[in-house]
Amino acid sequence: MSASRGQAPPDPALLLRGVVKRFGPLTAVDGLELEVPRGVVMGLLGPNGAGKSTTMRMLTAQSLADEGEIRILGHTVPDESKWARARMGVVPQHDNLDEELTVEQNLRMFSYLYRVPRGSRKEAIGRAMRLAQLQGRGDTRVDALSGGMRRRLLIVRALLHRPELVLMDEPTVGLDPQVRQDLWGVISALRDEGVTVLMSTHYIEEAERLSDEVALMARGRVVERGTPADLVAKYAGATVEEYLPGEEGVDTLERLLGDQGFTTRRTGTTLSVLRAEELPDSLRERLGSPQRRDSNLEDVFVTLTGESFD
Amino acid sequence: MSLEQTREDARPEAHQRPGRFEPSAVLGVIAREWILYGQSWRSTTFAAVVEPTVYLLAFGFGMGALIGTLAGFDYIDFLGTGIVAVSVMFQSMMPAVINTFIKRRFLHTYEGILAAPVDVRELVTGEALWLALRSGVYGCVPLLVAVGFGLRPGPGVVLVPLIAFIAGFAFALFGIWISAVISSVRSMDYVFSGLFTPLFLMAGTFFPLTELPSWAQTAAMANPLYHAVELIRGAVFGGLTTDTALLHTGVLVLFIAVIWWAAVRRMSRRVVS
Repeated sequence: MSASRGQAPPDPALLLRGVVKRFGPLTAVDGLELEVPRGVVMGLLGPNGAGKSTTMRMLTAQSLADEGEIRILGHTVPDESKWARARMGVVPQHDNLDEELTVEQNLRMFSYLYRVPRGSRKEAIGRAMRLAQLQGRGDTRVDALSGGMRRRLLIVRALLHRPELVLMDEPTVGLDPQVRQDLWGVISALRDEGVTVLMSTHYIEEAERLSDEVALMARGRVVERGTPADLVAKYAGATVEEYLPGEEGVDTLERLLGDQGFTTRRTGTTLSVLRAEELPDSLRERLGSPQRRDSNLEDVFVTLTGESFD
Repeated sequence: MSLEQTREDARPEAHQRPGRFEPSAVLGVIAREWILYGQSWRSTTFAAVVEPTVYLLAFGFGMGALIGTLAGFDYIDFLGTGIVAVSVMFQSMMPAVINTFIKRRFLHTYEGILAAPVDVRELVTGEALWLALRSGVYGCVPLLVAVGFGLRPGPGVVLVPLIAFIAGFAFALFGIWISAVISSVRSMDYVFSGLFTPLFLMAGTFFPLTELPSWAQTAAMANPLYHAVELIRGAVFGGLTTDTALLHTGVLVLFIAVIWWAAVRRMSRRVVS
């Protein structure tokens, strides 16, 4: 059932309850629970293989759940998927722009598929090109665009019909850091417009910078969700200290800190101590001199799952 | 007024339940192909004109000089109408197999289209209708070439684009079904050698079916190209009774119904996991 006009919308943008997806013996999504309220940018953060892309495909009904309930903008998926797709935009992980066509032709093509009314097409395409900072490049062939321009075009192609919800599957994967940051501006602009965004990513910084809320995903489930700041504060504190006690000392140090109730993370012979701001001076004296950095979502993720993003 | 309301009011159509099969979705797929055609029309037209011209030159002058008349027709008349149907088949079925496979498997085109409010049945119908439209136009090219070679059509020739469209729709759906059945580019070798060749040879295109063994004549009844050839030849030269016209049209329509269902079903299994 859709929200009636003029009333406060009763349904969340996205609701997934007990969603399971199996591929033969592999369970890609395993009892996924996720609710995304309207008007937020939700980051779906997890390493490769966590089930993010399968989840995204189920939201567009290109993959069918074996169990559970999926509702998008109040529409049940897959039964009312087409209705949901009319009201949302999807940015795929794969760049499937038509290379031999121009920027304007690529956008025009999707204005037909999204049924943008004839009288609004020109305005919709112009708006998309402005948002993608591609003004004046309407006649440029896609194969002559830079990687960042192509990705911006891919994003705004999904916005032609003014969707209420936008799904982005790893929107900046494979791009260099500078280009990635350029794209963040486009995603921020969407948030400013009040569009709900669900963005899967395995880039920690991207999730932290862009998301109002983050859902941490591992082994097909959401293990925790919240604002990036709250999650970091709750699970990793303010500061992480990294010690290099050498191969022989790392075990001892890990045990010592564990006994004192501190959460540690081991990478080779480096031992990272979470909530390091709470380390008592007496203990700190025995640890040597550390490298200090701010805690981040990766620390939270590792604390919760024991897995890393590498 | 909230942003939400502004957004919703801007698109009241998004709040109406979409139909199971929407012409607007089909038109969207066709419009997409039309834009792409703007880039490729030169090469497509070149192939559509040159191929049947070469056939007509080779067979018309080569075989025509030897044969004279065949099944009551001048050979150029027999051949010209046969090549119209063959051209329709190649113009629709070949791209349906190859392009559809590439778009699905390598270009991820269908992922993008199906993320829009377009379902597989509309996608398949739109792709096939576009190829049928193209065949309806390009199918007339060999007829014009054959006129240059001396073919003298009757008034029924005006029906050729319509017949070519219907046959093109059937072959395009057939090709889309094949593209969804095969799992690799290599499999296309089996399709082209094992299916295309017998289809276009055993259809009364270059020689009458009556020269074939009886089992082959029976098998040819299931070949949609045979029915397309009969309809085109009958329309161009007259001599087609209402009963036989209905029979050939009926077979093509039945074939379309069955292969549409099969193509949609098979494509759905490919694009929805």
